[in-house]
Amino acid sequence: MTKLIIILLSAVFINNYVLSRFLGICPFLGVSKKLDSATGMSLAVIFVMLIATAVTYPIQVFLLDPLNLGYLQTIVFILVIAALVQLVEIVLKRYVPSLHKSLGVYLPLITTNCAVLGVTILNVQDYPVNEATTFWWGFAESMVNSLGSGLGFFLAMVMFSGVRSAIEGNDVPESFKGLPITLTAAAITSLSFLGFGGIIENLFA
Amino acid sequence: MNQLKNFTKGLIKENPVLVLVLGTCPTLATSTSVINAIGMGAAATVVLLCSNVVISALRKVIPDKVRIPCYIVLIAGFVTMVQMLVKAFAPALDSALGIYLPLIVVNCIILGRAEMFANKNKVFDSAIDGLGMGLGFTLALFLMASIRETFGAGTFAGFPIPVLYENHISILTMAPGGFFVFGLLIACVNKFGKHKPKKKDFGCEGCPSAESCGGSCEEKKEEAAK
Repeated sequence: MTKLIIILLSAVFINNYVLSRFLGICPFLGVSKKLDSATGMSLAVIFVMLIATAVTYPIQVFLLDPLNLGYLQTIVFILVIAALVQLVEIVLKRYVPSLHKSLGVYLPLITTNCAVLGVTILNVQDYPVNEATTFWWGFAESMVNSLGSGLGFFLAMVMFSGVRSAIEGNDVPESFKGLPITLTAAAITSLSFLGFGGIIENLFA
Repeated sequence: MNQLKNFTKGLIKENPVLVLVLGTCPTLATSTSVINAIGMGAAATVVLLCSNVVISALRKVIPDKVRIPCYIVLIAGFVTMVQMLVKAFAPALDSALGIYLPLIVVNCIILGRAEMFANKNKVFDSAIDGLGMGLGFTLALFLMASIRETFGAGTFAGFPIPVLYENHISILTMAPGGFFVFGLLIACVNKFGKHKPKKKDFGCEGCPSAESCGGSCEEKKEEAAK
């Protein structure tokens, strides 16, 4: 149990996907202008990360590994994620229209989001099934890691949309207008996350 | 003459990283050292060249409605090939690039060029365009990695530089330094570039998901502008 909490906390704070692993930078810079769109996008990312892991992890364990097809990983994962996102969108549109209304516009954008493909590949690398772990334990670890990564993305997006609204009214030098000042602000936000380094070792010591 | 123009526009005028702002994730992540940057740039250039050629050759065969999935499958195939080659011939580079090697699949530059150039132009022009854009990507990565490695680690391509090695600013090689150096470089491009900074920083024209999202991000931008 402690191990699962450690995985969750380190995915949210220490190995934050956006601010220290540089995955999912495009939505981080593109959709973080307003708080509500930042929240919608991050919720959609958490949702897709969880279902993508739930599908790709068994595929790797029961299909690719026994058949020695590990080299097809990239192709299979990207196709499964793309098909899954489409399917989820159709299902949501038909049965949960209210949720589709709030998450719908962000779902297609997520297909080519490197954070989602990244989390599925890292899960099968970091939490493999071997003699020491059973399938269900590895699966649980992967799901917790996906949840933590999604929450970390959410945290970074919400924090950064606050930072950006503070920049909005400022007098910025001409050449720094737009993207450069946003990136500089992202650097400072990312600096604050460096402070979390090392908390995990001491938290459960 | 036209071919030469196609080639050089990717290097400077339409540099994919510094002007079009595509493929930011690998740029920030792999520019910590010059060797990694060149390796990443070379891998992406090979994929871009091959995918542009094949997509351009198949542009009349692939039905318009399912073109994006087709492109993704083709690109993923080339990425897998490059991944296997790197694993076999440069294992040190493979472990240094790690997750970012398979993630070339979702690099916006490659899908963007397929969508913007290769599906409208002849095979040879597309090859030239792919090569130019790939080299532009490598150039931007090299530039950024030179700054970050020289000042952040005090070395250049692994060789220590006398004074800087003792007084290096190690934060530049960490995550915040990546964002900061990237911001500075884009500010330099805005300052010294011929054309003024564009109003639309994240325009839909470069985004492969533009069609499926129906310009929803664009609308939001306009709302925000009001």
